[in-house]
Amino acid sequence: MLGKLDWSAIPLDQPIPLIAGAVVLVAILGVLGWVVVKGHLPYLWHEWITSVDHKRIGVMYILLASVMLLRGGSDAIMMRIQQAVAYQSQGYLPPEHYNQIFSAHGTIMIFFVAMPFVIGLMNLIVPLQLGVRDVAFPTLNSVGFWLTATGALLVNLSLVIGEFARTGWLAFPPLSELSYSPGVGVDYYAWSLQISGVGTLVAGINLVTTVLKLRTKGMNYLRMPMFCWTTLASNLLIVAAFPILTATLAMLLLDRYLGFHFFTNEAGGNVMMFMNLIWAWGHPEVYILVLPAFGIFSEVVSTFSGKALFGYRSMVLATMAICVISFMVWLHHFFTMGAGPDVNAIFGIASMIIAVPTGVKIYNWLFTMYGGRIRFATPMLWAVGFMVTFIIGGLTGVLVAVPPADFMLHNSMFLVAHFHNVIIGGVLFGAFAGFEYWFPKAFGFRLDERWGKLAFWFTFLGFYVTFVPLYVAGMLGMTRRMQHYDVAAWRPWMLVAAAGMAVLTIGVICQIMQLVVSIRNREALRDRTGDPWDGRSLEWATSSPPPVFNFAFDPDVRGEDAYWDMKAHAQQQSLEHDLPEYHDIEMPRNSPTGFVCAFFATIMGFALIWHIWWMVILGGIGAVATFVVFAWRDHDEYVIPAGEVAAIDRVNIEERRNLVSMAGAV
Amino acid sequence: MNLLDPQGPVAAANSTILVDSVFIMLAIVVPTIFAILAFAFWFRASNPKAKFQPDFVYSGRVEMVVWAIPALTVILLGGVAWIGSHRLDPAAPVPGTGSPVRIQAVSLDWKWLFIYPDQRIATVNTLTVPAGAELNFQLTSSSVMNTLFIPQLGSMIYTMNGMVTKLNLRADNEGKLQGLSAHFSGDGFPDMMFDVNVISPLSFPDWVATTAKTDAVLNEDSYKKLMQQGIEKGRPTYRLDDPRLFDLIATQHIPPGPGPELASEAGRSHSGAHDAR
Repeated sequence: MLGKLDWSAIPLDQPIPLIAGAVVLVAILGVLGWVVVKGHLPYLWHEWITSVDHKRIGVMYILLASVMLLRGGSDAIMMRIQQAVAYQSQGYLPPEHYNQIFSAHGTIMIFFVAMPFVIGLMNLIVPLQLGVRDVAFPTLNSVGFWLTATGALLVNLSLVIGEFARTGWLAFPPLSELSYSPGVGVDYYAWSLQISGVGTLVAGINLVTTVLKLRTKGMNYLRMPMFCWTTLASNLLIVAAFPILTATLAMLLLDRYLGFHFFTNEAGGNVMMFMNLIWAWGHPEVYILVLPAFGIFSEVVSTFSGKALFGYRSMVLATMAICVISFMVWLHHFFTMGAGPDVNAIFGIASMIIAVPTGVKIYNWLFTMYGGRIRFATPMLWAVGFMVTFIIGGLTGVLVAVPPADFMLHNSMFLVAHFHNVIIGGVLFGAFAGFEYWFPKAFGFRLDERWGKLAFWFTFLGFYVTFVPLYVAGMLGMTRRMQHYDVAAWRPWMLVAAAGMAVLTIGVICQIMQLVVSIRNREALRDRTGDPWDGRSLEWATSSPPPVFNFAFDPDVRGEDAYWDMKAHAQQQSLEHDLPEYHDIEMPRNSPTGFVCAFFATIMGFALIWHIWWMVILGGIGAVATFVVFAWRDHDEYVIPAGEVAAIDRVNIEERRNLVSMAGAV
Repeated sequence: MNLLDPQGPVAAANSTILVDSVFIMLAIVVPTIFAILAFAFWFRASNPKAKFQPDFVYSGRVEMVVWAIPALTVILLGGVAWIGSHRLDPAAPVPGTGSPVRIQAVSLDWKWLFIYPDQRIATVNTLTVPAGAELNFQLTSSSVMNTLFIPQLGSMIYTMNGMVTKLNLRADNEGKLQGLSAHFSGDGFPDMMFDVNVISPLSFPDWVATTAKTDAVLNEDSYKKLMQQGIEKGRPTYRLDDPRLFDLIATQHIPPGPGPELASEAGRSHSGAHDAR
């Protein structure tokens, strides 16, 4: 009846996951209870869960990422403590638990923190920057988000029901094959990624279409803000790379479920092919993450320097160059698998070539600052912190692209330090910069600067104190994923890294405090004009938060930095021209399709993991039926009457005029 | 296990390339970081002396320089990578004094088996080699992937079941080094560290003779016992019964090692590593 599921799946003998699971469960039930008792459920359902508004979906993506950041961060804390204490001893985590933690940490941080964070920011901002009312496929957007949430839910479910993979975040066979990982851990891993992978692919298709097809009047390609360009590049990579991941995991699942032999030791399976395929996705993946971050920094550096982005066309070229080359370097992940010197050298050099456009970007940000009038608001601090940190990560990255150096550093703590250097210093700093920068746009009030700056400094310093010791440990021959060790020389560095982790934790606490303090002081921090940073692109041309239709009129773009031009224009011309004539606006209707579909996908995923076949069929039919119902819908749009549009827009125009006239007076 | 304290020519060459590459890159990275901090500081809004140039958004000369600097660095490093990959290919010969020592390394769950086919002996978790001689490694795995890595001797290479990879190293100084697996292989992975005893070429035959006197015999049966999942705390040595044992493993005539036994139908599996403690 319940497949492999029985009471032994609950880890009653392991207090840590059980307590963690209980705490999470109590928190979820508490929030749900509060929502129901206070009567917020209808609001939540109509305004958020069924919303197809790209801004709402963007916010939900970022909320998911933030919650999962806490989960992944807890894993990181546990790992750092384990390696600090497990010198000549077993530490406090037995291997079967420690191995789950580092596997879950990697999986969660990449798929359920970094990905939803950048996709959330792209969702929130790109349609605004393009001057349009929504993404190309609003309902599909909602489906994408909820399927990502399903994946996250399944990963966390493994904490209390069964186990998670103990194979590392890429689940290399043959270790991940049934003979060496007979538990459900790898199945949890694979099915959560399969389901959320569909969500990511859908989001990618949606954003590519949005950028290519939905731009406002005059917004030709070379007038798009840099963030839109990096969004385009990143999502092109998603569309090209994620199917590889899906196919690879599908083959692994066929091995595990139906006795196929794609990657087994026996019967002609080839483990090297898995390496090849997973990295053919895996390397573009890191550029999928970091390109949007580059876009965010371009916006931030330009805005806070009070200048247009230096060398815009050069930046576009660099972005697209990275997009293409990132597909040609994956082999550098396994130089030590015994390929010949020609192959190693060619892929080593290809990997270095990516450093050229990346270096160009750094220099262009540098020259954007040159001659600027730099305001060090929190987003700008993250940007400068990023530039310094990312260069160091780039250096170590190029270093491991040199095959002879990689022969000594492959899989070492040096490598661990390197990719945290670029993912924290690049993607996470970018996500935080974007969060600080666009928060007022999403919620209508700014974030507290004092706590924001504290969060930056603690995170920045904490990063170095945590990861420089790992570089050193790598140079001392320490390899990754060690549950315990006996080498005395490694010990002090593990202790320093644990201390660094404490500093990083303070950074995260400051980030949470910033949110709490800002929400409490939201009236004082209110952004009335919609343009709190003296911005340059179109998202600042509408109110904060923007109305559901974003813009009352399609903005007319006449150059780069569209909104900056409009502002300059408005100051020269008379401010007192007549109010324009408003029209009705059609907007897509809300739809529970995404939520319902994800609900059935969760059931199906869980049932697949535990071999509960009747439930698999039930979930599968439910998910398909949801789509059929959606496809047969009669009405998919509703009309906002011109009068309502006018009322909403006039308030904003009034505030904005006050701002411009004040600026003019100065 | 310091990578910058190499004990053989491969490690020495690798770490030289490593250090050289870092310095080549530091030559542009340090000035760039300095420029970032300096520009950020000087052009702060509160500095009245800084000249505001909002129209400085394109300069052909600057563009040329910013594309050229990283490109030139990469051309230089690319040369290093090309030459280094060829000269330091892990399978390339590393000439030494005396006759080369053939070593067939098998990664087991979770220990290392080193077979000396010419000496007809085998050791577990300890590798004894003569100083100065070329060491020809043939590598395979009894089950999952691992990587053979002796940091102070140089390059690492994967071990894979059903396949043979090659690695040539040389240890120049007598002494005791440590090696490990550098690819995660399951619950007993951290216990795959092993000792490397580099002894003088003169005493190597004595060590071989002593080891060959052991009662334990390595043949297909004892190998199958050895490849069961578990940790080996001791340092057993064997007489090698059949010098073709490695080939039998690599060609899967001896089937791959079994995984863990499933303790219960429900997902949580238990493994030998836990019981071994």
